[in-house]
Amino acid sequence: MREIIQNIKNLSIGFKSQDGREIAILKNISTSINRGETVGIVGESGSGKSTLALAMMGFAKQGLYPISGECIYKSKNLLDLSDRELEKIRGKQIAMIPQNAGQSLTPNLKIGYQVEETLKLHTKFDANERSIKITELLNKVRLPSPNIMAQRYPHELSGGQQQRVAIAMALAGNPDLLLLDEPTTGLDVTTQAHVLELLNEIAKDTKTSMVYVSHDLGAIAQVSHRVIVMYAGEIVLDGDVRQVLRSPLHPYAHGLLNSIPKLSLPGLPAAMPGTPPQPDENSKGCSFYERCELAIDRCNSSKPELKSISNSQTKVRCFRHDKLEEKELNKKADLILPQKSSEQRVLNLDNISITYARQSILDQILNRFSDKNITVKDIDIDIKKGETIALVGESGSGKSTILKSIAGLLSIKEGKINFKEDVNLSPDVRHRTNAQLRSIQLIFQNPDESLNPSHTVEEILSQPLKLYFGLNGKELKNSIIDLLKKVRLSGKYLYRYPRQLSGGEKQRIAVARAFAAKPDLILCDEVTSALDVSVQAAVLKLLQDLKNELGTTYIFVSHDLAVVRAISDRVAVLYQGRLCEIGPSSAVYKYPSHPYTEVLLGAVLEPDPDLKPKLAAEDIVEEKPPENGCSFQGRCPRVIGEKCFKETPPWQISNQGNAIRCHINIKDLLKNQS
Amino acid sequence: MFLLILKRLGLGLITIILVSVIIFTGVEVLPGDACTSFLEREAKGELLEICREKLGLNVPAIERYLTWSYNALNGDLGFSLSGQKPISEIISVRIRNSLVLAFTAIIIGIPLAIILGIITALWRDKLPDIFISTIAIFSMTIPEFISATILILVVAIWLNWLPGIVIVSSNTTILELLPNIILPVIAISMVMTAHMLRMVRSNIIQVLSSDYVQMAKLKGVPYWKMVFVHVLPNGLLPAINIIALTIAWLLGGVVVTEVVFNYPGLGRLVIESISDRDLPVVQALALILALIYVGVNLTADLLTLLVNPRLRTLQIRK
Amino acid sequence: MKNTELETIEEKQISTFDRVSEVLIAIFSRPSGMIGFSIVILHIIIAIISPLIVPYDYKEINSLIMLKPPNETFFFGTDQLGRDVFTRTLMGGRIALFVTFFGTIIAIAWGGFVGIFCGLVGGKIDDIVMRIIDAFLAIPWILAMLLIVVILGTSTQVLIPALGFFYGKGIVRVARAATHDVIARDFIMAAKARGHGNFSIIWNELLPNVRDAIMVEGAMRWSWMLLAFSSLSFLGFGVSPPTPDWGLMISEGRGLMSFAYWSVIAPIVALSSLIIGINLSADAFAKALGIDRTQKAPV
Repeated sequence: MREIIQNIKNLSIGFKSQDGREIAILKNISTSINRGETVGIVGESGSGKSTLALAMMGFAKQGLYPISGECIYKSKNLLDLSDRELEKIRGKQIAMIPQNAGQSLTPNLKIGYQVEETLKLHTKFDANERSIKITELLNKVRLPSPNIMAQRYPHELSGGQQQRVAIAMALAGNPDLLLLDEPTTGLDVTTQAHVLELLNEIAKDTKTSMVYVSHDLGAIAQVSHRVIVMYAGEIVLDGDVRQVLRSPLHPYAHGLLNSIPKLSLPGLPAAMPGTPPQPDENSKGCSFYERCELAIDRCNSSKPELKSISNSQTKVRCFRHDKLEEKELNKKADLILPQKSSEQRVLNLDNISITYARQSILDQILNRFSDKNITVKDIDIDIKKGETIALVGESGSGKSTILKSIAGLLSIKEGKINFKEDVNLSPDVRHRTNAQLRSIQLIFQNPDESLNPSHTVEEILSQPLKLYFGLNGKELKNSIIDLLKKVRLSGKYLYRYPRQLSGGEKQRIAVARAFAAKPDLILCDEVTSALDVSVQAAVLKLLQDLKNELGTTYIFVSHDLAVVRAISDRVAVLYQGRLCEIGPSSAVYKYPSHPYTEVLLGAVLEPDPDLKPKLAAEDIVEEKPPENGCSFQGRCPRVIGEKCFKETPPWQISNQGNAIRCHINIKDLLKNQS
Repeated sequence: MFLLILKRLGLGLITIILVSVIIFTGVEVLPGDACTSFLEREAKGELLEICREKLGLNVPAIERYLTWSYNALNGDLGFSLSGQKPISEIISVRIRNSLVLAFTAIIIGIPLAIILGIITALWRDKLPDIFISTIAIFSMTIPEFISATILILVVAIWLNWLPGIVIVSSNTTILELLPNIILPVIAISMVMTAHMLRMVRSNIIQVLSSDYVQMAKLKGVPYWKMVFVHVLPNGLLPAINIIALTIAWLLGGVVVTEVVFNYPGLGRLVIESISDRDLPVVQALALILALIYVGVNLTADLLTLLVNPRLRTLQIRK
Repeated sequence: MKNTELETIEEKQISTFDRVSEVLIAIFSRPSGMIGFSIVILHIIIAIISPLIVPYDYKEINSLIMLKPPNETFFFGTDQLGRDVFTRTLMGGRIALFVTFFGTIIAIAWGGFVGIFCGLVGGKIDDIVMRIIDAFLAIPWILAMLLIVVILGTSTQVLIPALGFFYGKGIVRVARAATHDVIARDFIMAAKARGHGNFSIIWNELLPNVRDAIMVEGAMRWSWMLLAFSSLSFLGFGVSPPTPDWGLMISEGRGLMSFAYWSVIAPIVALSSLIIGINLSADAFAKALGIDRTQKAPV
């Protein structure tokens, strides 16, 4: 018999709205966590997953309070305990690893002190034993030179290191249950893979139970035994990880899995229609009714219960889950059609270099270039009409910098940007003509930032129309409504402010604004990374549809290799502002690859527990590109000698058509990688 | 780090130089000069000439500015027309008196403001907060001359507990001064405490809602330990600058309170010298008050630099 | 189909009027905002119509009725010159409100302009301007004001620009900080990338987002300015007698308050209520616009 470590019964948590109504954001949650088990809780923003994790510590965020139910730990209801009693449990028996470690570490206290604090509170070690234990813990989470680290302040550490400190802090009390709230969100892919591997090892070593909360099914798949899927404050599916990820029995989980782009499956993922209900919308029926393909009248009139399915551990909240058993998973809605090869060139980046470093006056006078490690260097890319080319890389790879200089927001230091046949776009925005400006449009990562909060949708969309086409009056209004239609929004959005729109709707407005200019080239800067997965799929589909319709060319910048795989025809991989590899997606995602591409691809998390990431390179953060040699020399697992540090590697072209910049012979690369 | 301190010092120096230029040109641009202002209707003929000679007004402005600032650097602030003695002599007594008043107010006001600020933040929107914050708004917004007047009316006149008006000359000993400062100190502390406590309150509330305080709770840190170790050091850091501004205000800006209570400090000297149209004294006062303002702010900046690890290690990392 | 859609759209169009009334409703939905706003409105109405409704001539001196306590003929009593305190109290806010209202407008205008300018250009020019502003801040305002008043006189033509200048400094800082925050955001970048001119970016993208912060700061400055103006009057450097003014009335009645407290109580209540009223409204205004003003420094 399995020992239950925490038992949650009929838990509801909510807040009082301004008009005094009680609004639940967690509704009637019942589940339990077994000893030694890792449970993944997955859901999109607003699903209540973090609130549930915090409730397992007897904690509710400010403004929230438990409405009903219990969280039972060791036969005590945590929600009833006094603060004094909770202090003894928190950190010692149940510990938390927070989402944003950078902001969760107290800025004025040294790392060592913050780890020691937990030891002091929850163990009987004396000062000597504690300092040994601190070193041991920091070692365990693989922080380099623990003794020095202990003397540092949080802001002196990189994001990955801060997350490791948070893990060490949580492990210090030797807890029975570890709660992890999106612990890898915001980290680079390679760092994320390393942290997950560390967590897996800890789970194996310490037999600690873990609850892993994330929106990322890929991460959940790597660590969990069991997965709970949440939607609108309810558990809709609860079962073994393989069962849930391979044949999800709830239409929401099914749709969610389908909307995740995967490396193994090229083409666009299927989008889920609609948006989740607001917490104050109370329906009699199933909360997923509005978005469900399988819904029948009964789903609208009565609420399904979370029920066990006969002869399996899986529980599902759906009347029609049996219909799903036949439905095939991983069917793609749209396979990108093979590129109609157009030879017409839209843009050519001719050996451009960009630097943020300010030139000294002397250098400016002599027109000399003194910066040894330039932010972005020697970028040479040809972009054909109608293609989607992706720039991928981790933070600091210079991908957004390149985009900004194409848009003319940053001036380039060397090289040339050529547009179409003969237009020189090297000068920045101020020196470009109206027509040049119109033909290149930019879509930003976060629509909350890129849409002016004090403008209505109508005002936002009229800006480019007025500027480039001089439209006004009736004509302007009709054009705006046409644009809204193009991004699948109705005219009722015209007078709304951005704050009155959902994340996906906002990004659609941003897309509409870019298309208003009727551009030849659209620059997409991480356009889906601020969005939920199901919304991301819809926005990707919209971009693809518009491209098919209008023949636009995209430059798509992203850190997410799976998204890039889904939408792009060609991929350029960047590291520290230098190109590593470029070629057709089909080729880049196959071997042989540049060692960095190999590392990146290896670190991608697929929503499949049996596809483990490969950890090839150390995850260290490099602040500056090296002065000489290959840009990846600092982390490359395949360094072959002095050459890598001294000489700039040559371009080699593989049989599949991808060009790789590496000193290792391409045949040897292939041999090593396969 | 060292460079950062040097930079702050340099900026402070530039401000002082700018202030002296502004003061000098300010007085220069206004119609008339020190002598015409002081002598008013008698400003003609021989009398005016003697006065101008004495103050050296017959040389070009730039030259006068340079001598003035050179002398000021050496502690010679010029000659008072109305007092007929060196300004530094007049001012030094007043500074002492103002310091007595300011320090008493600081000793009472700052701890009170910090404690009340912490209380209101920790019991936010509860009874103690509502009570204290409401009083704070009143004592902050009601003009000083009103609160001082009411104090005199109630404490001195109706209840007859304390002398309402200070009736000592400017150069009495500190001991003689002390019993007379009770009411002025109360009047000043009320406004000062209210301002500071509101700042302290909002800073601490901000820290209380931070992720790291939530994390401390989730680590099982006991409430009061959390308050003292995680909340207060971070919440009170910005208070250093607020305290600096308050001190600067105390030393220079309590003109109204000093007049109401007839207290012989710097503030009343401002009024006296302006009423007497004694421009050299006004100039000197402006310079000294600006010096205090810049000096106190500079100290606060450097102190923050020392206490805040974020700023302290900034230079080392780069 | 399209037509009906357009019709439903017209109904929902948002005008400036809607926006203003939305903010007003938000202000009035808070008790403090409602009380504060009502007090301010009441004061403004009294200031405008008081010459028509007061029972006596404010400057009529009558030695026979000096320092009479409140009674049926003189609701608030009479002062040391036998003038009706009720009449003088009702009229005592006229000049103060007039001067500080226009002073605030000047402060907002120049403070907002310089602040936005500095926030936009940044770099050396910004550094230099802020240094000069800092230097001005270092000189106590009261000293500078007194000097100006003594030399140039106490007419409204002197007081309005002088107060406006000294109280614009705080607005410069707020406007500059708000501008800094806004120009770092992507929608400004987007407008730049589209190729909008500087003027268009400032007018369409920047101004709507810094306007609120400047207005709230202006409202706050108004109350400080009123305080300053009354202090000047109290010290004898503001309104000259026999013009009725609260600060002046308190100053005149102060010496006699041990036996004639009524001559100071009425102006004290009037002035305090107006300043508290403005403060409460400004706070409610800030909250209605979602600006937390308590984060800002006191000067």
